[in-house]
Amino acid sequence: MTDLVLPRYRTDETANVPLLYPDYKSTRSRSPGKPLVLLPHQLTEVTGPLFGEDRVRPGDSDLTGAPGGEAIGQRIIVHGRVLDSDGRAVPDALLEVWQANAGGRYLHANGEWPTPLDPNFTGLGRAVTDSLGRYRFVTIKPGAYPWGNHHNAWRPAHIHFSLFGRAFTQRLVTQMYFPDDPLFAYDPIWNSIPDERARQRLVSRFDLAATEPNWALAFEFDIVLRGSDATPFEAEVDDE
Amino acid sequence: MRPSRQQTPSQTVGPYLHIALPWADGAYAVPAGTPGAIWLRGRLTDGNGDPVPDGLVETWQADPDGRFDHPDDPRGAVPAANGFRGFGRCPTGPDGEYAILTLKPGAVSGQAPHVDISVFARGLLDRVVTRLYFADEAEANAADPVLRNLPTDADRATLVAERTEDGYRLDIRLQGDHETVFFAL
Ligand SMILES: [Fe+2]
Repeated sequence: MTDLVLPRYRTDETANVPLLYPDYKSTRSRSPGKPLVLLPHQLTEVTGPLFGEDRVRPGDSDLTGAPGGEAIGQRIIVHGRVLDSDGRAVPDALLEVWQANAGGRYLHANGEWPTPLDPNFTGLGRAVTDSLGRYRFVTIKPGAYPWGNHHNAWRPAHIHFSLFGRAFTQRLVTQMYFPDDPLFAYDPIWNSIPDERARQRLVSRFDLAATEPNWALAFEFDIVLRGSDATPFEAEVDDE
Repeated sequence: MRPSRQQTPSQTVGPYLHIALPWADGAYAVPAGTPGAIWLRGRLTDGNGDPVPDGLVETWQADPDGRFDHPDDPRGAVPAANGFRGFGRCPTGPDGEYAILTLKPGAVSGQAPHVDISVFARGLLDRVVTRLYFADEAEANAADPVLRNLPTDADRATLVAERTEDGYRLDIRLQGDHETVFFAL
């Protein structure tokens, strides 16, 4: 078919998740029943949309301020790097995040439960990584919230992340958690990841060095996308 | 020396994706009014045949000449013309319907014209990936290596969009009867 030389994006088996995980009830009727068919990486898969600053407005990475006033809750900095699995920084990666407020409530029609909305918190943020793959958000630590999966089900506190790398193969949607959450053990979405070490990759690290005195705590969360054999264009970065 | 890093696993997009992921211009892979633009439409359904009203469909494709505005296309990046973005994003409606306005892609290096699709939803722990082909490209489809690799005609049929008044239509069935073929990348 083609003799073009294309990057080959690698798979990391440890990061695999099943599509059917019956303890998470919604997977039962939404996961494909037939096995997936292998799609060789061709031009459409090794390319992808390249977004830049045009998708982000000033202030989009600060979720704590609304025109009316400041959001209520524990102010935190969430920062880290977007890398590929070869350790290369991924610059110009678009990140979109969304989360519940400090009381565990989303600004969403389906998010209602007996805890208040915060008029100064929408829970939406956007950022683009810099030349070293770095990003930084200022937000409020989200609260845990109940959901209808089973009796007395609660989601551990988390922030949803959506990322575009440089290729269709690198697209990732995931969730970031906080250290030592007692709800991990009871959460089927957390437990759907078979590899315990892979679950730990979703836990941010408390980062004292990045805290701001009298202002905000800080958590570090690196995100690793699929790496490839040939990416001649990317800026390399030395690991500290 | 760069230490290799292990990949971050996927998690479901959950039920609240509408806070962040819909864009005002998301459905427009080309601006409204672009000559020759087509609507790709379809319904996302679950294993019970019920519409999935809280999903998100994303599309990625070549331009009408089969080229990409991307440095990893070894034939050279072709700067997007006339606002063509190649990428579309549409949350599904209460009836499970999605719609993307785009240009029909050209054949891509030995493959029939196609659009790569990602589907995200509550209940999907990872995105599922499929492809859209065009019913009026029968000859190219018959020679397409990805379609040829599928076991049955019924499998192939799940990927072929039918011509409509304003474009093409392809329903995406996550599970059950006429289940869409999904790919491992
Ligand atoms: Fe959530």
